[in-house]
Amino acid sequence: MLKAVESKHIKENIPDFKPGDNVRVHVKIREGDKERVQVFQGDVIACRGSGTGSSFTVRKISAGIGVERIFPLHSPNIIKIQVLRRGDVRRAKLYYLRELRGKKARILKKAKEK
Amino acid sequence: MLALFGIKVGMTRIFDDMGNVVPVTLIKAEPHLVIQVKTKASDGYDAIKLGFGQIRKKLVSKPYEGVFKKANMEPLRYIREVKISEPDKFKTGDKIDVSIFSPGDKVHVVGISKGYGFQGVVRRYGFKGGPKTHGQSDRLRAPGSIGASSYPSRVWRGQRMAGHMGNKQVSVKNLRVDSVEPERNLILIRGGVPGKPGGIVKIVKA
Repeated sequence: MLKAVESKHIKENIPDFKPGDNVRVHVKIREGDKERVQVFQGDVIACRGSGTGSSFTVRKISAGIGVERIFPLHSPNIIKIQVLRRGDVRRAKLYYLRELRGKKARILKKAKEK
Repeated sequence: MLALFGIKVGMTRIFDDMGNVVPVTLIKAEPHLVIQVKTKASDGYDAIKLGFGQIRKKLVSKPYEGVFKKANMEPLRYIREVKISEPDKFKTGDKIDVSIFSPGDKVHVVGISKGYGFQGVVRRYGFKGGPKTHGQSDRLRAPGSIGASSYPSRVWRGQRMAGHMGNKQVSVKNLRVDSVEPERNLILIRGGVPGKPGGIVKIVKA
């Protein structure tokens, strides 16, 4: 009850994205006392949680090595999330991509938006 | 030390200024009214008697009502006493609310822990239990040996055994107040607090 009231920390302007989508996440990073924005682009392979605790996982292949990063969805450090491409997937958690290499690890583009 | 009583509402997580995730417990503490001021001269110790919360008429017994009548106020749901050092700072009818706390304050929180009933030694004290295999039977959650033989021919006092777990007073010290919302009588404390949501906890200024 009061929990809902409490969640003034929830962001409302989050674009709608789902596992399988290719996204670009702009994150604020603090290095010493300098602040800069880092961009992390990859496929969303999981979304979890509800309320302030929800997070999502983005996977990309960087220099041949798979990199995954988990972002808290409502973190103030995330400045912007851009959806670049919708993916056509049948699962909510795409952990199977971790075992796949090359061509098989691709996510097909969604044919048509409904 | 000045203290307040509240109802544990539940836990959630919020972000601080740096964007770090902070776990917080929500405690709802309705305004307290001072029912009586006790002093060394009158009662042998310094304390204030506080009342808070709404109560249905039906639940108010005559003797219970009398306590409030003496102070000329409506009956309140709960009565608690807090020992303080300067009783002359308060008088009957004074209102105390969550605004006595401010973000960053250190507080102690006292509550009744969740009751787990009669629990074995594995759950209660984290014993390993016995082996599952190698010809053992009925030893899986057993406590093992509880002492030596001819000396001392008895079990040492304090030997940990199965028994009632939880439902006793627990204090958590030096928690930090994250923020206070006087409009909603809410106080947000970083970290966990004893007991279930709905339980009464005492918040003491550290």
